This record gives sequence, C-alpha cells and structure tokens, in this order.
Amino acid sequence: MTSDVVAPGSRRGPGRSRAGERKHSGSRELLLNLTMREVRSQFKRTALGRLWSFINPLATIAIYSIVFGFILRSPIEPGVNSGIHLFAFFLATALIPWSFMSGAIMAGMGSIVGNSGLLTKVYFPRVILPVSTILAMTVTFAIELSLLTAIMAVVGGPEVLLFLPGLIAMMALTVIFCIGIALMLSIAMVYFRDTQHFMNIFIQLWFYATPIIYAPTLIVQLQETVRNDGWTLFGEPFPLFMLYNLNPSTRITGAFRSMLYDFQWPSWQDWAVVTVWAGAVLGLGLLVFRRFSARVVEEL
Amino acid sequence: MTRSIFAPPQRSSRGSAVSVRGVSKSFRVYQDRNQSLKATILRRKRASFEEFWALRDVSLEIPEGRTFGLMGHNGSGKSTLLKCIARILEPNEGSITARGRMAAMLEVGSGFHPELSGRENVYLNGSILGMSRAEIDRKFDTIVDFAGVEAFIDQPVKNYSSGMYVRLGFSVAIHVDPEILLVDEILAVGDMQFQEKCREKFAEFKDQGRTVIVVSHGLGEMRTFCDEAAWLDHGRLVEVGPAVDIVDNYIEAGHLARPVASGGMRHGSGEVIVERIELLDRDDEDTRQFRTGEPLTMRLHYRATERIERPVFAASLHSRDGQHLWSHHTWDAQYIPSAVSGSGSIDVAVPALPLQPGSFTVNTSVVDEELAHSYDQWVKAVQFDVVPGGTPRESGGVLVMQSTWRNLLPTGLVDPATSAPGGVPVEDHTGTGPAAPATTALSEVDLPADAGPDEPAGHVSDRQHGGAQDLPNGVATGAEPLPDFGDRATPRR
Repeated sequence: MTSDVVAPGSRRGPGRSRAGERKHSGSRELLLNLTMREVRSQFKRTALGRLWSFINPLATIAIYSIVFGFILRSPIEPGVNSGIHLFAFFLATALIPWSFMSGAIMAGMGSIVGNSGLLTKVYFPRVILPVSTILAMTVTFAIELSLLTAIMAVVGGPEVLLFLPGLIAMMALTVIFCIGIALMLSIAMVYFRDTQHFMNIFIQLWFYATPIIYAPTLIVQLQETVRNDGWTLFGEPFPLFMLYNLNPSTRITGAFRSMLYDFQWPSWQDWAVVTVWAGAVLGLGLLVFRRFSARVVEEL
Repeated sequence: MTRSIFAPPQRSSRGSAVSVRGVSKSFRVYQDRNQSLKATILRRKRASFEEFWALRDVSLEIPEGRTFGLMGHNGSGKSTLLKCIARILEPNEGSITARGRMAAMLEVGSGFHPELSGRENVYLNGSILGMSRAEIDRKFDTIVDFAGVEAFIDQPVKNYSSGMYVRLGFSVAIHVDPEILLVDEILAVGDMQFQEKCREKFAEFKDQGRTVIVVSHGLGEMRTFCDEAAWLDHGRLVEVGPAVDIVDNYIEAGHLARPVASGGMRHGSGEVIVERIELLDRDDEDTRQFRTGEPLTMRLHYRATERIERPVFAASLHSRDGQHLWSHHTWDAQYIPSAVSGSGSIDVAVPALPLQPGSFTVNTSVVDEELAHSYDQWVKAVQFDVVPGGTPRESGGVLVMQSTWRNLLPTGLVDPATSAPGGVPVEDHTGTGPAAPATTALSEVDLPADAGPDEPAGHVSDRQHGGAQDLPNGVATGAEPLPDFGDRATPRR
C-alpha cells in the first residue's frame, strides 16, 4: 500500500492526481510481481518443473486423439490452405486455447478466496488478484501457442507465421474475455462457495458445446436432422447453428483453429463476435467487481 | 504541562497525519450463515443477518509525528478502525484521509508464498506493501540483516522456523519507510531479542517524526509507548488525549483497577504484587523528600501467592501532570530472578537524582518475561517531592542535565584572571557519588555594562557547592540572578 492515500469515502483530497499516478505505477509493479509469483511457484517442487506445462496438454491431446480421432472417428476436413489432415492437430489448435480459457476462468475465480490471508491484512487494489492469476496463465498459454505455431510451421509450411499478428490479437481478446468472467465469478465465489462446483459442471458442458473434439459442420448436420424429425420454430429450421455460433468459445477456438490449422484468416464475424463478447464481459466484470469488492473482505 | 519560556516548540502542530471524520462501519452478523445457492433460492435471499455496528460516527485527528494508540475492550472497534485506516475495510459512512505513505503491519509475512525463496518473498512482499523494485534492491541487505536470516535467504520460506518467518515479514514491513505505520499488537513478534530490536526501530520512527498508530491490549505498553491515545467502546469514541490520561481513565472506568489503601490504583492478575514501596535515601531511611543529586533507592516489597517463573519487575517515574519521565525494568537490566515465591524485595537504585524540584509519582509493575501478561500494575503507588537545595541547580523544567555555560564571545567580557577558557574540572564538593559531574568552573564572570540596575553588579563567586550552577548571571539567559543557594526556594510547581 503506497501513495498519498485518499481513503475510501473521500473521493477528493489533496494531491489526488499525483497520488493517482504513483498508485498507478505501484499497482503495475505489484501486478507484475504477483504474476511472477504465480509463474514461479506453479511448478515448484516438481522434478520436471516447467516441462509439465508441455506434458499436460500433450497428454490431453494424445488421449483425446486416441478416443475421438482413432476410436470414435470424429470426421474432420483437411486444413483449407495447409492441407494437414490429422486429428491431433485439428484437436490441438482448438484444445490449447480452450484449456487456457477454462483454466484461467477457474483460477481467476478462486483468486479472491484463495488469497484471503493477503486481503484481510494488506490493502492493494483487489482487481490485481484475478488479473495477475490470469496473466500468469497467459505466460504458459503464450509458450504453448508459440510451440504449436512452430510445429504447425514444420508440418504445414511456414505460411502459418503470417498469422502471428492475428494470433496475438486473438490471444489478447481471449485474455480480456477471461478476465471479465473471472472478475464476476471471483466475487460470486466469495458469497457462494457453490460457484466452484457449479462451474466445474458448467465448464464440462461448455467444452462439449464448443467445436473442439468435433468439427462445427456436425452441428449443421444436426440442425438438418432435427428439422427432418419435425422440430421447427415458426416453420423455420430450429436455429441451432446460429445459437451455437453465439457461444464465444466457439468463435475463439474457431479463430485459433482457422489460423493454425487452416492457415486462413478468421471471418470478420468471428472477430466482431469475440470483440463484442470480450468488451461486454470485461465491462460487466469491472462493474460487478467495483460494486462488490469493497465489502468482500468482510465476507471472506 | 506547565509551559514556560523553556518549553520546546510543539512539533506536532503542523497538522494531522490521519483525519477520521464521522466514520461508521457495520458488519453483517449472520444468524444462519449459508453460502449455498440452494438455500438462497429457496429463501430468496442470501441469509438473514443483523447489522452490527463496529464503529459508530467516530471522528478523530491523529497528529503527525506522534505515536497514537487505539484502545478498548475486545469488540470495541479499535481493530476495525485500524483496518479502515489501512483501507482494508471500507467504512459505510464518513471518510478517512491519510497524508503520507502508509504501511500496515496487521499480520506480518501474510503475503509470503511458502514455496518461494526468502529473497523472492522479500521482493514480492515489498511490492505488496508499496515499495518499488529499485527501493527493495537498495534496502535488501538491511532487511535481511535486520531479520537475521542471511544464511537462509535463498531457501523457500516454508523451511523457515516460525520465528524466522515472522522476523522477515516484520523486517520487510518496517523497511517500507512509511510516514504512517499501522501496527496491531506491537510486540507480539519474535523472541525477546528481536522485540528489543523492534522497540528500537519504533523509537527511531518516533524520532524521525513519523506517525505510528498502534492497537494494543497492553496498558503498560500503551502508557509508555504512546503519546496520545483514543479510547473506543462499543464502536463509539469515548475519549482522545494524552495516552497516560486515557489509560488511567480507561483503567478506572473499566473497574479494572482497585484502589490501594496506601495510595494509587492497582490492576493485574495478582499472582505476585508489589505490596509496598520504600524510597530510601542515602542513610537507608524511607522518605518522601529528596534533593537534586541525592541517591535514591526504590525498594519494591513483593508478595507472591504462588511460584512465578522469571518475573520482570519495573518501576517508572511520572511528573505530577502524568508525563512519563523514566522507566526501567529488570528485563532491560538483565536482572531477572529465575523465580519468586512468598515475600521479598528488590531494589532499583538511582545514584544521583537528576530531577529538578517538583512532585513525582512512582508506578511499579510486575509482568511476565514476554512482557505480555501483567501480574501487577500499581499506578501512582507513591509520590515524592524533590525539594530545592540539591545540586546541581538548574533553572527550570524537569531534568537536571548537568549543563554548563561557557565560551562567552568576545572573550573580553570574562575576567581572564579567574576564568579558564573552556573550563577546568574542579573537585566536586557535594559528595553525590560517582555520578556527580566533573564540574566546570566559570566562577567569575563580568557582567556587561548595560546590565539592569537590579542585577547584582560584580562577581558571583565562592559558590559553596561549586559545579554547574555557576552561571554567568544575567549574561546570556536573562535569568534572574542567583544569590546564595539556601535562600532561594522556588518550587517549580
């Protein structure tokens, strides 16, 4: 806790602007330090250390590839421009962003409750906690993503490198989206510990509602099937695919897959939907957080 | 305090470090606390609760550069107020304005990550407390040194002993160099040696004009450590003022203290008490009258109803208006009895009383070795007077500093024949013992020509007591002339 403090309740005070500046730079440093704390402590006391951040996704990819690619034979198209036609890559290009999303949301959600010891003893802007937690995971995400990009460059050709700016932009939007969700959930978690268990289930549901282990064309087929079975909405086919595409994670994982697997720019609709989602969720998250965070310490 | 021309300018007059204005804070006390969604949906509200007001319309100014104590019973709201000042809690109403960088030591080491090394944690914790990286770089060695964990600084802190953990945390916090330091239960940290270091550090803070705000249960500690205090009761402010007065009022109001037949008030758990105090003069006579420079021995007669291990005895001296002048406990003196039981006595000897004439009170206490539990506190146990006629004789205030006046410039004004430039030591005639000053003679001083007609012309000579009161009368101080010693009985109060 630094700065000329203008304590809560008095929104005006001497030296406010100077205090604001100093507080700002101090917060940035604290954010960085807390992020580094997470990053450093993540794999402490493990023999393999940071390697785990590669082994984990690799193992998941291997398992899902065997189950869904080899046993269940989830039908996939070859990459549009890359010509790659391998389920493991199809899966990895969406699974890695998804793992980040689910991991970041879950970790960010628990960041306030998990740091109650700190919150009840020291003052610092509370928003730093969920944000630093997510930023720490972003570091891992960025490493995984660059590794994946490198692999795709080897497998499908160096054209994938042209999409680097797109990947970075999409990563930024994803991080913003996750921060927004985590801000809301971290507060909800303080008031209702059930949130965690509820989210465990919801994340599973969300995983299967996102085209990660299957191609989105399956949903178009499903929509047809449903119509043929006689399920309609005002005479039109039930707009399953449209609803499906409102899911931000569909767009996010789709965009990553488009760039990394198909070597194709995501559609402008993808960009638009993801941007709107990220902006709206962050705005709402900040609103909720600001509204409730003042009393959070008492509830811990 | 009596103010005279000698009174020092008040340092704290510049303003307040923290202004608390009309602060109220409520907590929700849940009758049936549930944090489950099901119950919420079923009842359509989260839980039934009652508002509990921990603070009710508290307003106070904490002056800059003072040590300020917050006191009260458990649940009085003192910790809540401290947390509100620290911004950890947000008041429902009112505002708190703090000027200057603030550091809170509510629980040290709370930001430590067990898996990270001491070094990493110092940086992390430092930045949580508001230090920049460059600042921590600069102070790193001092921090580690203060904590005494050099050898382990690159070990994960989970391998630290709890003492090391706490010391490192405390060390980081205290090196934030805050202008305002918030402390909860000051000396409940570490071993005695470390506590001593902390005490020194706090004293240093005070000297540097920083503001320290303390919540404490230790009344004795509050009295000696704090300049000012606020007393809270059930969330309301009862009284603010000099710590000594507030503590006394608090003790009296809480009926914690029992009046003692021979004078004063007593509180404490009572397993061992100081029953009686003798003030012994040079001839071992119990008296209540002393002169400046005379030896004084306080004999504390204790009685213990059970065996008490390593009790710490203390005596302190206060001026009539409650100013804390001196205290000395046997822990600092490293004179701790291994145990006491039954009756006995212990002496604290002052070789030469360095007090100017006035009335003084003696407090005694017996506490445990941690200085945390109080067996007996006897407030205003005895009173004694320092009567005029002692040596050295100085002009006002409380203390005798054994000061000398010298080096008048230009030198022509002092008779060269009888004065020795810079002064020479002369034999001390008073026999006040080893602590008596090596006095300086400036025995003959010429008065300036324009000295007032009522000033005695000529020389001041042949002081039978010699020593420091050989002032160049009327020259520099403008003080009234000093005729022969015994004639002048001017009590200071």
